Amino acid sequence: MSLDLTPGAEARRQIEICNACRYCEGFCAVFPAMTRNKAFADGDLTQLANLCHNCRGCYYACQYTEPHEFALNIPAALAEVRVESWERLARPQAFARVFQTQGVAMAGLLVVALAWFFWALTLWRPETGAGFYAHLAHNTLVMIFLPAFVLPLALVALSVRDYWREVGGGRVRLAHLLRAFDQAARMKNLSGGHGEGCNFEEGDRFTHRRRIYHQLMMYGFLLCFAATASGTVMHYALGWEAPYPLLSLPKLFGVPGGLMMVAGALGLGVLKLRADPALGAARVWGGEMAFILLLGGVALTGLALYAATGTGLVGPLLATHLATVMVLFLLMPFSKMVHGFFRLAALVAEAGKGNPLRK
Amino acid sequence: MKDWPGLFDLAVVGGGNAALCAAITAAKAGASVLILEGAPRAYRGGNSRHTRNFRCMHQGPMFPLTGRYEEDEYLDDLMLVTKGKTDESLARLAIRSSEDCLPWMMDHGVRFQPSLSGTLSLSRTNAFFLGGGKALVNAYYNTAADLGIKIAYEAQVQHVHREGDRITHLEVVVAGQPLTVKARAFVLASGGFQADLDWLARAWGPAARNFLIRGTPYNRGVVLRDMLDQGAESVGDPTQCHAVAIDGRAPKYDGGIVTRLDCVPFSIVVNRDGDRFYDEGEDVWPKRYAIWGRLVAAQPDQVGYALIDSKSVDLFMPSVFPAVKADTIEGLAQEMGLDPKAVRRTVDLFNAACRPGPFHPTELDGLRTEGLKVPKTNWAWPLETPPFYGYQLRPGVTFTYLGLKVDARAQVHTPTGPIRNLWAAGEIMAGSILGQGYLAGFGMTIGTVFGRIAGKEAAAHVA
Ligand SMILES: Cc1cc2nc3c(=O)[nH]c(=O)nc-3n(C[C@H](O)[C@H](O)[C@H](O)COP(=O)(O)OP(=O)(O)OC[C@H]3O[C@@H](n4cnc5c(N)ncnc54)[C@H](O)[C@@H]3O)c2cc1C
Ligand code: SF4
Ligand code: SF4
Repeated sequence: MSLDLTPGAEARRQIEICNACRYCEGFCAVFPAMTRNKAFADGDLTQLANLCHNCRGCYYACQYTEPHEFALNIPAALAEVRVESWERLARPQAFARVFQTQGVAMAGLLVVALAWFFWALTLWRPETGAGFYAHLAHNTLVMIFLPAFVLPLALVALSVRDYWREVGGGRVRLAHLLRAFDQAARMKNLSGGHGEGCNFEEGDRFTHRRRIYHQLMMYGFLLCFAATASGTVMHYALGWEAPYPLLSLPKLFGVPGGLMMVAGALGLGVLKLRADPALGAARVWGGEMAFILLLGGVALTGLALYAATGTGLVGPLLATHLATVMVLFLLMPFSKMVHGFFRLAALVAEAGKGNPLRK
Repeated sequence: MKDWPGLFDLAVVGGGNAALCAAITAAKAGASVLILEGAPRAYRGGNSRHTRNFRCMHQGPMFPLTGRYEEDEYLDDLMLVTKGKTDESLARLAIRSSEDCLPWMMDHGVRFQPSLSGTLSLSRTNAFFLGGGKALVNAYYNTAADLGIKIAYEAQVQHVHREGDRITHLEVVVAGQPLTVKARAFVLASGGFQADLDWLARAWGPAARNFLIRGTPYNRGVVLRDMLDQGAESVGDPTQCHAVAIDGRAPKYDGGIVTRLDCVPFSIVVNRDGDRFYDEGEDVWPKRYAIWGRLVAAQPDQVGYALIDSKSVDLFMPSVFPAVKADTIEGLAQEMGLDPKAVRRTVDLFNAACRPGPFHPTELDGLRTEGLKVPKTNWAWPLETPPFYGYQLRPGVTFTYLGLKVDARAQVHTPTGPIRNLWAAGEIMAGSILGQGYLAGFGMTIGTVFGRIAGKEAAAHVA
């Protein structure tokens, strides 16, 4: 890739070649979307980049990759624009620049959070309370986590609003949302167009691994979220406080969800080690890997905490788990976590624009 | 190479579509196979990696093809473009076998998709490869590897050694090291000679040095030359090549599909001296694009200039390089290195000859000029709305016609009879069927059909 071009200019150069070729039209939503334009404004590129799932099909199928002088590498070019858009649309941008790129920064924040929770746990240990509420009162927990969740979410919402403006998203209809959620739920754009998966980790061979691990992670995460949500309802609406037994909603959601997340994180981590870093945004490799490990860490410590119920390990495990969750929440607008929000927005915007090939 | 046997059942020369089809077919029949691909791995697959579809007979809808396309219609289409310069029985064989190719290709990893945007006219006759020709080539290489076929890259075959009616071995240079490859059967699938500019210049004249080569620089006809020198029977006009008009800024080799320009019907095309030389609106572009290579090749310096105004600039597929743009005709001429006065005169004459009437970009609209020596018979809109745009056109060579003459079993012949253990497939023998002109998607059909035949015959020979 030419180093003297900004990510946008380099992506534009490459996309204009694709638009005269179109051989990759069947792989994903990016290529059909491209046929709407002859010239590409910055917002068009942002939208194309966020539609791309980095399946790499269009790299291995391209007759113009290096050493050809056209030097096409669409997966990398779009990855650069994508990450750049997440950094640019985040506020404050500096946070995103640091945490998107650097796993070390994330680890550092984790250490701080850990130390803080260990300290808080000794300081605020309540007089009464069962299970882990014996270590930290429920109200204290809520006091800490509510803002840590809501404020980052609000920042993400602002970014997505800016994204919508930049890409010229239209009025959202229910049908667009349904279409986008359906595509995300099935990860249609990682199917290779023929339903045989993507070219992520095994060169030009297609496998389903990335799709499977990603879905384990995504659905595992949603289950864990459901576990927390159901726990909250039970606490406030039903007055039934933790710890919950295995046959209760928080555990029925949480335990399989946690296991799925651990498996997903392991799988995604291994795939990332095997995949060619030159076909992604190489500069954020560390940040992405750290994010995978963090998600795995959240799940693993959560499961460990449950397993340790009644033992002396609850205290330190609770501190560790809460610290990982806290970092995950705080970094929502500044880490790979935002990809979910942007990806959904891109799919909704695309649904709204209509299929350019079926005019 | 350390794990190679001393003697292969089959050695295949080339690493494009025809070679892979032959190798896979033979390996599935139980033969031990070696593929000798002259290009490095990154450029494997010859011109096949630039393709997008193949033309396929079918008696009813068959994914991704719509409607039906039967033998006689297919043959008529072929007769039309070749003006009868074809071997009808081989042509019918290729056409009839094409139907069976589609499922075979899918079984061996090729995936299809509905015809690409802008190519709806081909959705009935041509099956498009998902991801294009390089995806097809990749799928075949994976299938070949899974079948235990040995693959050597940078393996340039220099000489095919014949003793009487048999080939004994190949002389190959693998990554700079000379090597003798012994096998019991051989398939030649090393494409045409269009990348050898000296050969083109001998055949066409020195003007050929200004031609651009649309495909791989590795198809230099070394094996074809070697076989012709050994008296193998040939077919096809040695002085001809298939050339289309492409963007003059395209790379010398390997520019592939993106360098094509679809603007001619909506332009006026002038030569180096600023004069028009052919009816740009003679017919719809898919039917005319193949003649423009020759037309441009016949102009001084082998160059043409398509000029468009802003009314027409969005009527055709985007180009890979942006057009030259200017606010005046003179400015445009200047930027393109043409004499502004001469171009102005040509444009004024043209504009004055245009007549009012409805303009339909997608059909023959009969909007023609009146009174010009070189008329424009459709889409004749005056060039008057700035900004003006221009593209330089050069002849881009797709393939050459001269090849080895084969029979219905793909076997190669000398005047004294067939060479018992030698077959040829793909571009290297396509002249047997495609004596002139070109039918979109027929190159891959010939390669697939005759590659499979060659592989089957070779495997039967060694069984
Ligand atoms: C830009 C472009 C687009 C095209 N699009 C289409 C299309 O859509 N549909 C279609 O049907 N046709 C198309 N064609 C034509 C098509 O490419 C050919 O008809 C077809 O690829 C021929 O296949 P082949 O296997 O015979 O040759 P190739 O695919 O060219 O393979 C020849 C192989 O031989 C190797 N080789 C050459 N010399 C040696 C040597 N001495 N030793 C060892 N190896 C050697 C080369 O490296 C190469 O791998 C297109 C051509 C071009 C240039
Ligand atoms: S990635 Fe390559 S093959 Fe695919 S559309 Fe772009 S230029 Fe064509
Ligand atoms: S990497 Fe995959 S998802 Fe991204 S543009 Fe290429 S084919 Fe589409």
